Amino acid sequence: MLEAIDIECVRGARTLFAGLSYALRGGQLLRIAGANGSGKTSLLRIVCGLHAPARGEVRWLGEPILRMREEFWRQLVYVGHSNAVKDDLTAAENVMVTCTLAGLTVAREDACAALRKLGLAGCEMLPARVLSQGQRRRVALARLALSQAIPLWVLDEPFTALDANAVKYVQELMVEHVARGSMAVYTTHHEAQIVAAESLRIDLDTAVN
Amino acid sequence: MLATLRCVIYRDVLLAVRRRSDVFTVVLFFVIVVSLFPLGVGAEPALLRAIAPGVIWVAALLSSMLALQRMFSSDHLDGTLEQMLLSATPLGVIVAAKIGAHWLISGLPLVLIAPVLALQFDLSQDYLDILVLSLLLGTPVLSLIGAIGAALTLGLRGGGALLSLLILPLYMPVLIIGAGAVESAAAGLGALAHLSLLGGFLVIAAAFAPWATAVALRISIE
Repeated sequence: MLEAIDIECVRGARTLFAGLSYALRGGQLLRIAGANGSGKTSLLRIVCGLHAPARGEVRWLGEPILRMREEFWRQLVYVGHSNAVKDDLTAAENVMVTCTLAGLTVAREDACAALRKLGLAGCEMLPARVLSQGQRRRVALARLALSQAIPLWVLDEPFTALDANAVKYVQELMVEHVARGSMAVYTTHHEAQIVAAESLRIDLDTAVN
Repeated sequence: MLATLRCVIYRDVLLAVRRRSDVFTVVLFFVIVVSLFPLGVGAEPALLRAIAPGVIWVAALLSSMLALQRMFSSDHLDGTLEQMLLSATPLGVIVAAKIGAHWLISGLPLVLIAPVLALQFDLSQDYLDILVLSLLLGTPVLSLIGAIGAALTLGLRGGGALLSLLILPLYMPVLIIGAGAVESAAAGLGALAHLSLLGGFLVIAAAFAPWATAVALRISIE
């Protein structure tokens, strides 16, 4: 269970949100909504433990994540705004590197299979430099197809730059993931609703005190 | 943990191999700076012999600093650093791997090419070994200390100038001891004391610098 208890986020002199609390259980999908600059990314970074909140804390299975550190990060997949894709590595190498960092051992064939699932057949051995924005986003998201055993996915604008097919496939991945009893937190501007058993929504525009 | 260590070293070396120009810049800078001295101070063999270790050491120090800024900045820009901070492997281990790779890319080539450059200074055969050994022990220390500075100045405007100000004072002991090794051997005192000191620096830096760098990175990213 992922709990946020009374968290407050301050950027510069501005309070983005305060007194935000929620609990996310296995099998639930949480969408963070809000206008640009409302603190969606900041909230996700707090949930991951990249930022410390100004007040309050985030707990994973009842324990503060800032104390668990690697223990928590082993159970987390974070796909941020930046793709973490290196221009000079091939698509497959990029997937393998990010997976290894996340503690997964991935063979080259598995990485290529994941890339093919995301519609990058034929691009596995190309350097990321020659890929388009949408294709690079797909490379970043390919690790989701390999991270089914990891219980928490945190995705920051996963559908940016993707075409309709890829959006549909990533949504399917998320629904399957949640159906397995895991959880996912994401932000998006796509209004397309993801049909999952239990979807929660936090609207940062209304949560601001 | 070892898999991550290997993966990060392999990745960084692979990236350097695919972007050879970055490595060549460092080595070329080293070669040119060292070669300018005989031209500048004149071809007086006794003088050249006397200044050789100092010149080579200062040039190695400046060249290794040239490559420092790139250590984390490209990973920072493309988001890989975030993934490293959120890795299942302790950040200190990843940082140690990155420092190791950085030394392989920008330190080791300097050590290998130094004896050739030393010939321009008429440095005798006996002292070449000591010079190479002192660089072999000293350049990793430069990478280790430099990593702390690179992490602290990550993402700052004008970080390059600040990095030099932060790091150069910390490089001084390494420079003094490293360049002193050949001089003390030439004076008949033997280089063992200097080399042991350098080895000591290396052990201490290797033990603490990766963790200090990890903490600095977390602060920079916040």
